[in-house]
Amino acid sequence: MEHHELIVIGGGPAGLAAATAAANEGAECLLLDEQSTPGGQVYRAVQTVPEQRARLLGPDYQAGRDLVTQFEQSGARHLPNTTVWNLNGRCEVGILRDGKTSLLHAKRVIIASGAMERPVPFPGWTLPGVMPAGAGQILLKSSALVPADGLVLAGSGPLLLLLAWQYLQAGVSIGAILDMTPHGNFWRALPRLPEALLAHHYIIKGLRYQLQLKMARVPYFTGVRNLRATGTDSIEAVEFDHRNTSKRIETSLLLTHFGVVPDSHLSRCAGCDHRWDSAQLCWRPQTDEWCNSSLAGIAIAGDGAGIGGAVAARHAGRIAGLGSAHALGHVGSMRRDEIGRDDQRWLNDDLRVRPFLEAMFRPPPELLYQPDDATVICRCEEITAGQVRRAIQDGHHDTNQVKFLTRCGMGPCQGRQCNNAVGQLLAHELDVDMMAAGGYRIRPPIRPLTISQLAALEDMQAGGGA
Amino acid sequence: MPQRFRRLQEPDGRWVEVEIEGTKTRVLEGESVAAAIFASGLPWCRTTPVSGAPRAPYCMMGVCFECLVEINGVPNRQSCQISVEQGMQIRRQPGASPEYP
Ligand SMILES: Cc1cc2nc3c(=O)[nH]c(=O)nc-3n(C[C@H](O)[C@H](O)[C@H](O)COP(=O)(O)OP(=O)(O)OC[C@H]3O[C@@H](n4cnc5c(N)ncnc54)[C@H](O)[C@@H]3O)c2cc1C
Ligand code: FES
Repeated sequence: MEHHELIVIGGGPAGLAAATAAANEGAECLLLDEQSTPGGQVYRAVQTVPEQRARLLGPDYQAGRDLVTQFEQSGARHLPNTTVWNLNGRCEVGILRDGKTSLLHAKRVIIASGAMERPVPFPGWTLPGVMPAGAGQILLKSSALVPADGLVLAGSGPLLLLLAWQYLQAGVSIGAILDMTPHGNFWRALPRLPEALLAHHYIIKGLRYQLQLKMARVPYFTGVRNLRATGTDSIEAVEFDHRNTSKRIETSLLLTHFGVVPDSHLSRCAGCDHRWDSAQLCWRPQTDEWCNSSLAGIAIAGDGAGIGGAVAARHAGRIAGLGSAHALGHVGSMRRDEIGRDDQRWLNDDLRVRPFLEAMFRPPPELLYQPDDATVICRCEEITAGQVRRAIQDGHHDTNQVKFLTRCGMGPCQGRQCNNAVGQLLAHELDVDMMAAGGYRIRPPIRPLTISQLAALEDMQAGGGA
Repeated sequence: MPQRFRRLQEPDGRWVEVEIEGTKTRVLEGESVAAAIFASGLPWCRTTPVSGAPRAPYCMMGVCFECLVEINGVPNRQSCQISVEQGMQIRRQPGASPEYP
């Protein structure tokens, strides 16, 4: 087994900053990332995109270049195209690279696996031509692909507006934006506005996007409810309710967004403590001021530890990197505290906007808690909300019981798409909180491995291989 | 079925040629197979083992497994996480996935 001082998992702003900070203090550091180039979700392909595309993605995107340059100068090693399929409490890391499995060991591990789009089931969401907005953005960043004219964007949150603005820059004619933010959210968010104004650049940016979309006369519907995608083999139309009338727009592409949630499979697989965050509506690992998890040697930074956005991820990454360099004996407490102090302050400043955003863009409760019986919850095994409800009525009172009875969450995505939906359905039906409903137990491998890949690993552990 | 995505005109694009469902297609060097599938206009990439419903790549970031296809004869390849290579043979994947335990 290959040994390292520090392994960082994920090459987004959190992982890059963590590896850079630790390596700059003298730690030997290996960064593993599934993508082929550094940058994570927010700065995906930032080093390789042609200038024209970088410009239309905006200045926030281009800011990622510095981060990558600093990482490359730090002496930390980058292992791209590498999928982590296991992490345990002994800091052993299972990786898949070029189709081959192997095990690494580190004295410390920093998880920086980031976020994923919040999966929200609605009628027709499995039809080809329905995708999360983030997927549309990935196609733009790494492939210069933009939707054909007439696409519909639906949901709620800053990323939806950002993508609409980016499409506008690229000359795409947007068919409609369906804003599903419940009207009452604004009043619930209002008390958090004064604090959010301390990070007012975020609010100003959002208002500017909205103004430019208005000036471009993009049809914008607010208070949209009851979203449905219809079609036979692909989406043909979007149907929805607007001001008590039912509307239909024909389209070949619907991009939805309901916020992002931590991709917590790795930290849950390792056995770190998690709690349900009822403001962010997601499972969130417990971390301390140096981003340490409940398990010795494992820290978690960036959106994987709770949604804070790209800037917060960078500060948290640096804090985690310094914390690890300190724990490894490369830097004393005084120097750690001195260098870390600014990042801790900037992180806290940056997070001030979050409570407002969380309240303002909270998805409509009926979408989270009351899907129609016919709506597919588990995309892999095609289990409907009705089947999950029946399992609950039959006395299955936590998500793992429902999983074993219905197969919901047993497909190749391993419950990433249905876990929260099942939990929320259960919590609503039984009137319990999410901690009681529970999350799926996550076991390795957290990415499916083929029988031959597993066998090769067993040979290796038995001493048969390299 | 109208094309869902179009490619922006960029002066310095580098291309490779792959075969998607037997049709030779020029795609962007380094992009994912799933992106190439969208660029080619193929409306879906697999059918589900349970009901046979068509599916297309969904998340593009490795967390939904909707993008499974056959690449160079090997089934169950997660096409959003694999880069295109010159001469690659990409095929839709029908139904069940026997490779996984
Ligand atoms: C699709 C998408 C697009 C987004 N776009 C924007 C945007 O344009 N602007 C913005 O402000 N915010 C955006 N966000 C929000 C984003 O979560 C954060 O702002 C920021 O990217 C968080 O940084 P991070 O370093 O925590 O994680 P990320 O940037 O998400 O980086 C995590 C990295 O870890 C890797 N990884 C995860 N699991 C594994 C594993 N098991 N093995 C190996 N590698 C792994 C991923 O491939 C990724 O490269 C986006 C989110 C998503 C999901
Ligand atoms: S499209 Fe979701 S895993 Fe590939």
